[in-house]
Amino acid sequence: MDALLQFVFSGLTVGAVYALVALGFTIIYNASDVVNFAQGEFVMLGGMITVFTFEAGLPLPLAALAAILLTAALGVALNKLAIEPARGAPVVSLIIITIGASILIRGASQLIFDKQLHRFPAFSGDDPIRVLGATILPQSLWVIVGAVAVFVALWLFFTRTLTGRAVLATANNRTAAQLVGINTAWVMTLSFGLSAAIGALAGVLVTPITLVSYDVGVALALKGFAAAMLGGMGNPKGALVGGLLLGLLEAMTAGYLSSQYKDAVAFLVILGVLFVMPQGIFGHKSTERV
Amino acid sequence: MSLLEVSGLGISFGGLRAVEDVSFSVSPGEIVSVIGPNGAGKTTLFNMISGIYRPGRGSVRLNGQDVTATAPHLLARMGLSRTFQNLQIFQEMTVLDNVLAGYHLTERGPVWADLLALPSMRRRAAEVRRGARDLLARVRLDKAAEQEAGSLSYGALKRLEIARALALGPKILLLDEPAAGCNAVETEEIDHLIAELAASGIAILLVEHDMKLVMRISSHIVVLDHGQKIAEGDPATVSRNPAVIAAYLGTDAPTEDPAHADG
Amino acid sequence: MTRRMKWIQLGVLAALIVLLPLLFPSGYYYRVGALIFVNALSVVGLVILIGYAGQISLGHAGFAGIGAYACALAPEHLGLHPGLAVLLGAGISGVMALLIGRPILRLKGYYLAVATLGFGILVSMVLTNERALTGGPDGMVVADPGLRDLLRDLGLRLSGGELWYGVSGLVLLVGAWIALNLLDSPTGRAMRALHGSEVAAATVGIDVAAQKLRAFVISAVYASVAGSLLALQNQYVTPDVAGFLHSVEMVTMAVLGGVGSVLGATLGAAILTLLPQVLTVFAEYEQLVLGAVMIGVMIFLPQGLLPSIARRLRGTSE
Repeated sequence: MDALLQFVFSGLTVGAVYALVALGFTIIYNASDVVNFAQGEFVMLGGMITVFTFEAGLPLPLAALAAILLTAALGVALNKLAIEPARGAPVVSLIIITIGASILIRGASQLIFDKQLHRFPAFSGDDPIRVLGATILPQSLWVIVGAVAVFVALWLFFTRTLTGRAVLATANNRTAAQLVGINTAWVMTLSFGLSAAIGALAGVLVTPITLVSYDVGVALALKGFAAAMLGGMGNPKGALVGGLLLGLLEAMTAGYLSSQYKDAVAFLVILGVLFVMPQGIFGHKSTERV
Repeated sequence: MSLLEVSGLGISFGGLRAVEDVSFSVSPGEIVSVIGPNGAGKTTLFNMISGIYRPGRGSVRLNGQDVTATAPHLLARMGLSRTFQNLQIFQEMTVLDNVLAGYHLTERGPVWADLLALPSMRRRAAEVRRGARDLLARVRLDKAAEQEAGSLSYGALKRLEIARALALGPKILLLDEPAAGCNAVETEEIDHLIAELAASGIAILLVEHDMKLVMRISSHIVVLDHGQKIAEGDPATVSRNPAVIAAYLGTDAPTEDPAHADG
Repeated sequence: MTRRMKWIQLGVLAALIVLLPLLFPSGYYYRVGALIFVNALSVVGLVILIGYAGQISLGHAGFAGIGAYACALAPEHLGLHPGLAVLLGAGISGVMALLIGRPILRLKGYYLAVATLGFGILVSMVLTNERALTGGPDGMVVADPGLRDLLRDLGLRLSGGELWYGVSGLVLLVGAWIALNLLDSPTGRAMRALHGSEVAAATVGIDVAAQKLRAFVISAVYASVAGSLLALQNQYVTPDVAGFLHSVEMVTMAVLGGVGSVLGATLGAAILTLLPQVLTVFAEYEQLVLGAVMIGVMIFLPQGLLPSIARRLRGTSE
């Protein structure tokens, strides 16, 4: 029982990170129909930039802020330099572009930073908190609370602000949004910036627990994608639920079956979803116009 | 007996009833036209009949068999073929290859014969190639056979789509605005072609905005407005129907007298 | 016309394979040449998948891994001749592709990218973790298929480099011949048609999902055979052959040379295989370069190098 609770805690922690990656996918996918395979690199950059700016002498909160802002700027640049010039290109070309961006960012990080594993101190120390016979790290609480805060903030943004509604309208029907005067190019910029910032935040929050190195991005992207598909592609609520579920599944697999193959869970989830319910938990079937 | 029977067909998109309770039938050799203002649901109706949309209500019967929501490639095997309002050309293939693709059901064989270029595959390919060239000649595209399809003019692409649809050897052909964007000469050619096809026993279902064309060649007209059938009958009857004039002819083509064009 | 094009392309390729050794300053270059041909073979498979059918895989190295380890494991554990192990690997890869592809290829384009990405990572995970069987990250020795001894007995003395240069070149030629046969066949037309418009392809009777699946299975078999050849000529194999980076390399080679063109695929494979040989510092920059090439080509040369050059030549001659 204690062990189960322990697994739940660790599952919720990584699950919260997957949920944030999935949310990043969802925002860009909704705004532009682009599936951004570089989403995992944003998480890596969030962690890496914080590590190096912190080691260069910046206080941790400022280092984290710098990481988030720089990554967001990179997200915007990705959209401006690689996605916008290829607008109207087939899905396959866009996939190649974003996977190319992912490899490019990886390669650049390996040169600018290094190939080592890094961490910085946890925000509130490393003394585990005892809960019902299991323990949880204070940093895990930061991760979980951080993820929930992001979801609440985004929900408010999308439902309560004019800008947020403009993004939703663009997601719904690009042409119609343009017709009523929404600047859809700006919505794209915003989506890439926002989703890069969310990825970077996830990296900042989780690095003290899982550590970071230049090559963690692809696996995170795959897991975020599995989470998004499990929840239902394009649905923010699905991203949250899918992420947490995937995290729990992984933690249970690692705990009860094999820690070596916990990373295989994401792939099995993808296949399972595709076989059994392609639209995911919260998704709906769409009819494509001809 | 009629070849195509549509009864009570309907579909909704997010609560909006795009097509509601539409019924009609088409017999071999007959030309049935579906007309109506823009947004009346004509293309949606086509998409349901040809298996691209799954109808919410009602049924489609082909040759007496229920084919509601059957996949398009299976409908093709049963002899249903179509063209598209907004062109769906295989842009990066040659004109000839576009038509050859239309012969897919005739020319396909075991995949290893294709991989190894076995004589059986070459024989099949050579046979349909002759047919494809004849079809291209029929729509006056034989000289462009080796050109990339993407380089053709709009009117030529319209004809190419018809040729590709005919390659299937269809029993029923759905034409979605075949004359849109064509000049007077091209329109007349298409007019003759459709009449010829019907005379050869193919059932034709037509969506077209060119009223002269519709009135001249249709044996039966179905009028849609806001997704519902508001009238049907022969051209003369339909053109005199007050509901039709109010919904469609009165607004879109006030100067034309369709009954006259019919004679 | 297209049949003539097919024989011209095969002729060019055969001439290159036969004549290139005249320029080789040392025996080492036979090794490099063999590596180019092996890479080109898997890229020709991707031409069928990406160029003909318009689908994408980010885990094709997984199939190369299956092919490679089939040659390493089957002779040792099943007593199979290495030559037959190539076929076994190809068979397993084909069946895997069929099982994964069937549910996925009914859905939108990017699902295949995601699922194959996961598949590739899974294969390299298994190869790395199952130390008892595969030797883990250090890899394992591959038995010599005895081809060299056989040829020596027949009176033909070849170095290892020369032998595998010849074998890989021959297999590449056969692979190119098959891909070009497919291009101008009913199946190839159906693949290119659904690439152009899935809806229109379906309305002429093409079973879109089934044709995509064919392209995926065929390309998986290409990658598997290429992986087998790599294992046999190196007589050693590590899980890197199945790694994500290898999958990305394959896609980049295909895109760079020209994703719709068999000769272009060979050119792309040649450039990206030679680069690390010419620039020793390349290893450091490999990911940077691959990423930049992928983005740059997609934006500025979506057709790839060879078709763009061909188009320009045709443009000036007219």
